[in-house]
Amino acid sequence: MGYILKERKNQVSVAGSCSETIDCNKASLAGSVSQRACVFCGSRVVLYPIADALHLIHGPIGCAAYTWDIRGSLSSGPQLHRLSFSTDIQERDVIFGGEKKLKSALNELINLYQPKAAFVYTTCIVGVIGDDVEKICQLVEQEKGIPVIPVQSPGFQGTKKDGYRIACEALFKLTGRINKPTPPHSINILGDFNLAGELWMLVGYYKQIGVNVNCSLTGDGRVEDIGNAHNASLNVVQCSGSMSYLAVMMEEKYGIPWKKVSYFGIEDMSEALYEVARFFDDQEMMEKARELVRKEFARLMPMLQWYKERLAGKKAAIYVGGAFKAISLVKALRLIGVQSVIVGSQTGTKEDYEIIRKLCDEGTIIVDDSNPVELSHFVKEKGADIFIGGVKERPIAFKIGLGFCDHNHERKEALSGYDGMLNFAKEIYSTAMSPIWQFTKK
Amino acid sequence: MASVITEKDIKHKYYVSTRNACKLCAPLGACLVFKGIEGCVPMVHGSQGCATYIRRYTISHFREPMDIASSNFSERTTVYGGSQNFITGIDNVIAQYHPKVMGIASTCLAETIGEDVPALIRDYQDANIDNKDLPLFVFASTPSYCGSHIDGFHHAVLATLSSMADSGKQGVHINILPSMVSPADMRYLHEIIQEFEIDAVIFPDYSKSLDNVFTHEYQLIPSGGTTIKDIRRTGTAKATIEFGTVFAKASTRVRATKNTPTAGEWLQENRYIHNFQMPLPIGINACDHFYNTLCEIGHKDMPEKFIEERGRLVDSYVDGHKYVFGKKVMIYGEEDLVLGLLSFCKEIGLEPILIGSGGNSGSMRREAFKIFPESELTLKVMDNCDFETMNEALCTVSPDLIIGNSKGYYISRKLKVPLVRVGFPIHDRFGGQRLHHLGYKGTQELFDRIVNALIEYKQENSPIGYKYI
Repeated sequence: MGYILKERKNQVSVAGSCSETIDCNKASLAGSVSQRACVFCGSRVVLYPIADALHLIHGPIGCAAYTWDIRGSLSSGPQLHRLSFSTDIQERDVIFGGEKKLKSALNELINLYQPKAAFVYTTCIVGVIGDDVEKICQLVEQEKGIPVIPVQSPGFQGTKKDGYRIACEALFKLTGRINKPTPPHSINILGDFNLAGELWMLVGYYKQIGVNVNCSLTGDGRVEDIGNAHNASLNVVQCSGSMSYLAVMMEEKYGIPWKKVSYFGIEDMSEALYEVARFFDDQEMMEKARELVRKEFARLMPMLQWYKERLAGKKAAIYVGGAFKAISLVKALRLIGVQSVIVGSQTGTKEDYEIIRKLCDEGTIIVDDSNPVELSHFVKEKGADIFIGGVKERPIAFKIGLGFCDHNHERKEALSGYDGMLNFAKEIYSTAMSPIWQFTKK
Repeated sequence: MASVITEKDIKHKYYVSTRNACKLCAPLGACLVFKGIEGCVPMVHGSQGCATYIRRYTISHFREPMDIASSNFSERTTVYGGSQNFITGIDNVIAQYHPKVMGIASTCLAETIGEDVPALIRDYQDANIDNKDLPLFVFASTPSYCGSHIDGFHHAVLATLSSMADSGKQGVHINILPSMVSPADMRYLHEIIQEFEIDAVIFPDYSKSLDNVFTHEYQLIPSGGTTIKDIRRTGTAKATIEFGTVFAKASTRVRATKNTPTAGEWLQENRYIHNFQMPLPIGINACDHFYNTLCEIGHKDMPEKFIEERGRLVDSYVDGHKYVFGKKVMIYGEEDLVLGLLSFCKEIGLEPILIGSGGNSGSMRREAFKIFPESELTLKVMDNCDFETMNEALCTVSPDLIIGNSKGYYISRKLKVPLVRVGFPIHDRFGGQRLHHLGYKGTQELFDRIVNALIEYKQENSPIGYKYI
C-alpha cells in the first residue's frame, strides 16, 4: 500500500487485522484529490429538496451553476427548488461589497416567485469580503414577511459535514412557528431526500402500520410542514451523518426523542418499522408492522433468491458519502450473495467505522475520505467485480472494467424500502451480468 | 411583426440576480485546457468543493477520469494565506501522480485574499531546485467573478503558450488553437492536417485524454494531450489558426486592460507568427474559409477527400433544404459557438429569432449582425443573459427548434419543440464527447441531426403516423 500518502495511512484500515481505530472526521489533505466537496455542498444538498423555498446562492456563478437541478429529489407540488438563483458576484462587487446586490436580488426574486421562505447561502468569498448577510436577511424578512434564513456556508470553513450542521441550524430556525392539529402517532422523517420518490414509498409503509408522517426533512419538503415539525412525537432519522444535529436540537428544545434508522435493504427497512412501533408501544401497530414485513418478505425473497444464485461470489467495493448508508449496503449486498471487500465513506465517524469493521469479513479494506489513486488500487488488490458509488467514482470502475451502481443523490432509481431492494438487486445484476465485459478482458 | 421579440419582452436588464445561468465558472475552462496537455494534472488553488464540483460536472459529460487536485483551503489558510497548503498540495500530487506539468487555476477565494500564485510557484521551484523530476508549472488566474468558463479556457491557453512557447527561427509547422470544442472535433482536426500533410500543433488537445479507449486500468494521468515539445514549438510556427472572433475580452479583469490578447494574438505580437483568426468552421462558408486557409498556408491543393466531403454536404443541403427553410430557431451557448452556429443557420435557411449567451464580451451583437444584417429587426441578441431571461423572452414567439447544450432542455420541454444538443455540457444524452461540430464532417452531422429533429417532430405530432416523410 505504498501508494497511500503517509498523512493518510491512519485513514485506511483492514477488518480483522488490528484493533486500532480509524482516523476520520478531519479536513481533506491538500493535493490528495479527495472525492469530497465542501461546506457549501453539505448545506446545499440537505436544504435543496425544500420545494417551496427560494434558494439564493450569494457568490460567483460556479456554486449555483454546479448545483442547478442536480438531485433526483422529487416534489409533489412546487418546483421552485429546481431553479438556480445566484447573485453572480462580479469583481466590482468583490471590491465594493455585495450587500446591495444581495438585497435587490432577494427582493426581486421573492416578488417574482412568492416563496414561503428564502435560504441565502454564503460562499467562500462572501465569507472573506465581509458582507453582513445576517443583517440583509433580517431586513428582507421584515419587509417581505417570510422567513429569510442565512446559511453561512463558505466552502473553506470546515468539511461537507459542517455544511450539514449549518443546514440543520437553518432548518431548526424554521421549526416551531406553526401549530397545526397533529394526529397521534405522528413522526417526522429526517434524512430522506425523496430521490426517485423514495419518501412516498416510506410514507406508504408507515401509513399501513398506522403511523402518520407529520413532516419530511427535507425530501418533498414544505416550509409550513417544517414549521409544524415540533408537534410530532418522534424524529426518525436516516442519513444520520447529516440530520442528527437537527434531531438533537429538536430533542433539546421540544423534547422530541429520535431514532436512527436506515431504509436500505429489507433488514434495515423492517427494523425501521419495528423501531417506530416499539417506540409507540402499540401492540396493534407492531402486529401490522409484522404483517407488512411478512408480506413483503414473502413477495421479495423468491426474487432475491433468484438474484442471489446468480450473483453468488461477486465482490463489491462501496464508496459513498455517508457511512450509515455504507453499513446498509453491506447488509443488502450480503442478502443477494455479494461480498463487500472495500467499504469507505466521505464523512463517516469512528462509531460508524467500528460498526463496519465488526460487520465486514476479515480482510475488508475500510477507508475514510479516499481518492482515485487509493480506490483504483484497492479494487484491483481485492478483485472487486462491482463498484457502488457516485458519478465521480464511475470512471474508476469503468476504466478498470468493473460493474457500477450509482447510489448517490443524482440517481433516478428508487433504492429505498422493499421495492428499492428489488431495484437494487436488478441494478447490481444488470451491471454484473452484462455481456459487454467479454470485451474488456485482456 | 407580431412574432418579433420586443424589448418589452426582455426584462433582463432589470434583473439583478442570475436565474439558471447559461455559463459556468472560469476554473472549469482552465481545467479542460490542462487536461489537453500531456502528462498534466490540474490543481485548483482554493476550497475542496471547487475541484470536486468541476470533476463531477465534467465527468457527467465526458465519462472519463477527471482527477483534479485541490489545495484545500481551510479557515486558517484563508486567514494566514495558502502557501503551506499550496506546497503540501503540490508535494502530494507529485507523490501520487508524478506529473510532467502541473496546471494551477486560482479560484475566487484565493484571488480575493490576494494569493500571489506565481510567487508561490517560484518559491516551490527554488526550494526543490535539486529535484530533477520537478514538473513544469502553468498558472491561469481564473477567479470566477471575472467572466465565465470560456474566459478561463482562453486564459489558460494564453497562460500556457505565453509561459512555454519557444522563441527562435520559424519552422514550417503551424498552430491550430481550436477553442473549447469536443474531443471528436479535435480528432477530426488531426485527420484534416494529416490529409493535408501539414505539420501542425493543436492546442489544447484533449481528443484522447477526455475520450479515451478502454484502458484496463485507471490511468492516473490519462494518455493523450499536446506534448510539452509541441507546446514549445508553437513559438516557432509559421502561422496560427485560431478559432473564435469574440473571445471575451470585455470580461477580463477590471485592473487588467481590456486589450488582453488571445493566445494567437500573443504569438503574433511576441513571436511574430501570423495569426489567422476566424470563426469556428461550422457551415460551408466558414469551412471553406478554414480549409482554404490551410491550402494557402501549406501551399497545398484541397485534398480529394474534403472535396468529396464538401460535395456530399452540398448534396445533402439540396436534399434537405425544404425541411429546414424558414424554421425559427433559438441558439445559446458560448458566444463564439453561437456565432458559428448562426452563420451555419443562415446558409441553410433557418430563421434565428433569439441567440443567447452567458458570455459578456460586448461584441456578440455586432458580430451577429455582420453575419445577418438583414435580420436586425427579428433577431434578438441576448448576451450576459441567463436561461430564465431567454425563457421569458420566448413568451410571444416560440421557435420551431432549439440548438444548444443540455441545460436549456427544460425550455424545449415547455415549448414542446426539439432540442438539438451541441457543445458542453451534454448531461442528458449519451456520447456528448463524440459529437462533431467542426469542418465539413461536423457540419454534415449537425445538418443531419437538425433535419432529423424536424422530421421527427413532424412525425410525432402528426395524427397520421407517416412511415416516410
